[in-house]
Amino acid sequence: MARIQIITIITSLLFLLYISRLIIKGKLREEYAIVWCVCTVILLIFSFWRSGLEVMSNLFGVFEAPNLVFTACIFAILVYLLHLSVVASKLHKQNKQMAQDIALLKEKVYGNAK
Amino acid sequence: MPKQLLIIIPCYNEQASLPLLLPELSTLHLPGYTITTLVVNDCSIDDTVTVAHQHNAKVLDLPINLGIGGAVQSGLLYAAQYNFDLAVQMDGDGQHPPKELIKLLVCNEATGANLVIGSRFIEKEGFQSSFTRRLGISYFHWLNRLFTGLHIFDSTSGFRLFDKKAIELAAAYYPDEYPEPESLVYFSKAGLSIRETPVIMANRQGGQSSIRNFASLYYCIKVTIAMVFSAIRKPL
Repeated sequence: MARIQIITIITSLLFLLYISRLIIKGKLREEYAIVWCVCTVILLIFSFWRSGLEVMSNLFGVFEAPNLVFTACIFAILVYLLHLSVVASKLHKQNKQMAQDIALLKEKVYGNAK
Repeated sequence: MPKQLLIIIPCYNEQASLPLLLPELSTLHLPGYTITTLVVNDCSIDDTVTVAHQHNAKVLDLPINLGIGGAVQSGLLYAAQYNFDLAVQMDGDGQHPPKELIKLLVCNEATGANLVIGSRFIEKEGFQSSFTRRLGISYFHWLNRLFTGLHIFDSTSGFRLFDKKAIELAAAYYPDEYPEPESLVYFSKAGLSIRETPVIMANRQGGQSSIRNFASLYYCIKVTIAMVFSAIRKPL
């Protein structure tokens, strides 16, 4: 096994460990962890399977194997960013509804007594 | 039975102008209407709430800043919750003189419109705002005609009367930021009748507009996108 393989495998495993720790401590919700686990697993697969990148490049008709890596990564990042924007929009909406409910309740409970 | 009328005043740091506006509102006598004044404090950093309480207005105190649309919607939620027949949105900065309110009510009585907009531009009287602002407003006039087929001249006017049906719809959905032009598309798609009536607006007595120079380009783009998607979206 080449040195670079050992380095990437160890890094990926450490990353996976860190994600697990975050989930266990309740700092990362499982639904957002899925994408990170999947990414790490993919990295692990290609660390073990050295010729895998060449095979995949040929499959997609990409001449330079690293270009496939960049394209795939950038696409995945864009999709994930969009997902985060959707999450932020949802939180924004819920936040607004809560603020309005609180204001209405405050008025009902305290009225002009304050 | 007199009609229940709620006056919604969305406020952000209006402690200077509220002491002028609120007493004027309380002297307003409209036969056939019972008036309730509601100040919606959009997380001001001054004493807006205290001032409003001193003048015996009802207060909705938002815990976080929601922007003008969220504040107005809070007022409309209040109106829906307590079964008001009519709600008027009015700026807290004195731009909308209380006596002009009568014109909105008259228009509502005469035409039965669900939404009445107080307009600066039908008869060119009173404060007319700057050239660039007018340019933007005529752009929105054109956009509104495109999406709703209506001739609304002052689609950015924040001086509006909602009837029961409009209150209900706005309680269900109302845009947060720069809500005025977009909500027109939403209301007209839902089948409400919208009327515009001339009012005379004053120059603001304090505070500053929510739309300033740097933000105006963002404003145009945001509202255009919002209007396009409101027009495509299925009505609720």
